[in-house]
Amino acid sequence: MERHILVVFPHPDDESFGVSGTLAMYAKKGTPITYACLTLGEMGRNMGTPPFANRETLPLIRKKELEDACKVIGIKDLRLLGFRDKTIEFEDEELLVDRISAIITETNPSLIITFYPGYSVHPDHDACGAAVIRAVERLPKEKRPTVHCVAFSKNCEQEIGNPDVIRDVSDVIDKKIAAIKAHRSQTEGLMKAASKRGGDALAWLKTERFWTYKWKKVL
Amino acid sequence: MQPIRIEEVQTALNRFANQDVYLHLETTNGAYASHHNEGFFSAGAYIRNGLIRFSHGKIVGKGPYRVGLKLDFGWVYAEGLTDWEVTDKGQLLLAGHDYEGKLAVALQLSYEPF
Repeated sequence: MERHILVVFPHPDDESFGVSGTLAMYAKKGTPITYACLTLGEMGRNMGTPPFANRETLPLIRKKELEDACKVIGIKDLRLLGFRDKTIEFEDEELLVDRISAIITETNPSLIITFYPGYSVHPDHDACGAAVIRAVERLPKEKRPTVHCVAFSKNCEQEIGNPDVIRDVSDVIDKKIAAIKAHRSQTEGLMKAASKRGGDALAWLKTERFWTYKWKKVL
Repeated sequence: MQPIRIEEVQTALNRFANQDVYLHLETTNGAYASHHNEGFFSAGAYIRNGLIRFSHGKIVGKGPYRVGLKLDFGWVYAEGLTDWEVTDKGQLLLAGHDYEGKLAVALQLSYEPF
């Protein structure tokens, strides 16, 4: 049983693809969840299928989609941190760490979920994960919450081993698919293609995998 | 957005000439291009709210279209443009969507910062 879960990702929809099953399961049990989303995905390339957004209308559309996805999952505390998509790795790192640190202090989570720095493909993912790890490292070791990282780069298992938390989320798969569909501008094309392929094209969504972050020994 | 109509876009471009205007210009293959295809060399560039002044702007091509803006000491250009829109703030949005409908390039002009 977790006391409080803090999720930190850079883009609306990061939560739905990778971890919404896990979150829906915890929400069902009554665990409070705070989601700090760094950007509004302003630079998304998907504009809808067929396109209904443009570069300037996309942020507000994605904000609404994110709110809808949170409702489906059972996330009641959504924090929009107001950074800009694709700029996280260029941000002042102290500023980023301070903002995340403040939320950790305020919510006192027993579990944090983020991306594994260096193994998460998108530069925003890696920079987000790195900032979260640095924020947690500010706490003395015995007070640090557990951090579960999502990783999906091609080399990740070779370098960081197999995920140590593998969760079957079949029981809440309907919620997960509804959360993904809530991000309509980004996912409608993908979901249409999946349903065309038929069979169990979405089977991979039924399992969620995490790596528990191992703290480096202080010299 | 609507498919580009070259005469109308030319008229819209002309309205921004010879004054300080804000430019949004981006090209991108997407952050996952090299993840999905390891042989793919991903490149892109982005400027938001660059303050420019052009004396002459022109749209050319048969679709996708190209737009060039002649500055006092340089040029701005974009290619692969397919769609356009004028917002209620009078901003001119030009975008190029690829064969899957994903944004690949954008060139936008505004009298006020975006």
